[in-house]
Amino acid sequence: AALLPMSATAAAEDAIAVFTGGVEAGAGDITLTTPETVENGNRVPISVEAPGAMAIAVFATGNPTPEVATFNFGPMAGRRFASTRIRLTATQDVVAVAKLADGAFVRTSVMVKVINGS
Amino acid sequence: MISGDKPRVKMPVSAAAGAEITIKTLIPHPMESGQRKDSDGNTIPRSIINRFTCEFNGESVIDVRLEPSVSANPDFEFAATVPEAGVFNFTWYADDGSVYEMAQEIAIG
Repeated sequence: AALLPMSATAAAEDAIAVFTGGVEAGAGDITLTTPETVENGNRVPISVEAPGAMAIAVFATGNPTPEVATFNFGPMAGRRFASTRIRLTATQDVVAVAKLADGAFVRTSVMVKVINGS
Repeated sequence: MISGDKPRVKMPVSAAAGAEITIKTLIPHPMESGQRKDSDGNTIPRSIINRFTCEFNGESVIDVRLEPSVSANPDFEFAATVPEAGVFNFTWYADDGSVYEMAQEIAIG
């Protein structure tokens, strides 16, 4: 796979740090589901789930701006799950970061191969 | 938003007390990213839905912040708990100040 420009990854890490307030996000109980390969980067289905999460943020590390969406769960939320469709300009890592009730953060990432970018 | 097109919500009309339900929503909107240029090379200004909220009887289910990387016609699927009969309120906020609202009742049974 082609290497991402350094700036893209740095920008994504900066955006993640804004969400976490600089707290290091470790591995944990968080799932990000995407297709492995998409023909069209305009509508890429993604699902995130993290039991007990207060919020889950999604980042596209190779897009012009890495922030994609932040799901804040309220008291009437069911399981901490959300699904939507996103734009990916090229093959890249998509990252999901969850804020847990105790203030800790967990993250995961999935590489999505994009044949025609958005 | 494309004139005449309305947001859509898909959810059950009734549920058992305390049950979890799945809700699907969609709003027709181009989600102009601010990254595209027109045929003259001028940047087309960003114009997106930047926030979506769902509340049940006035309490938050989900509050979503959207960025330009969300696809056109943004759709969401999420889960809510239904402890009692009531009303779900759905609100979409656009960059241009427009606010789009929908409400749907749910019964217990």
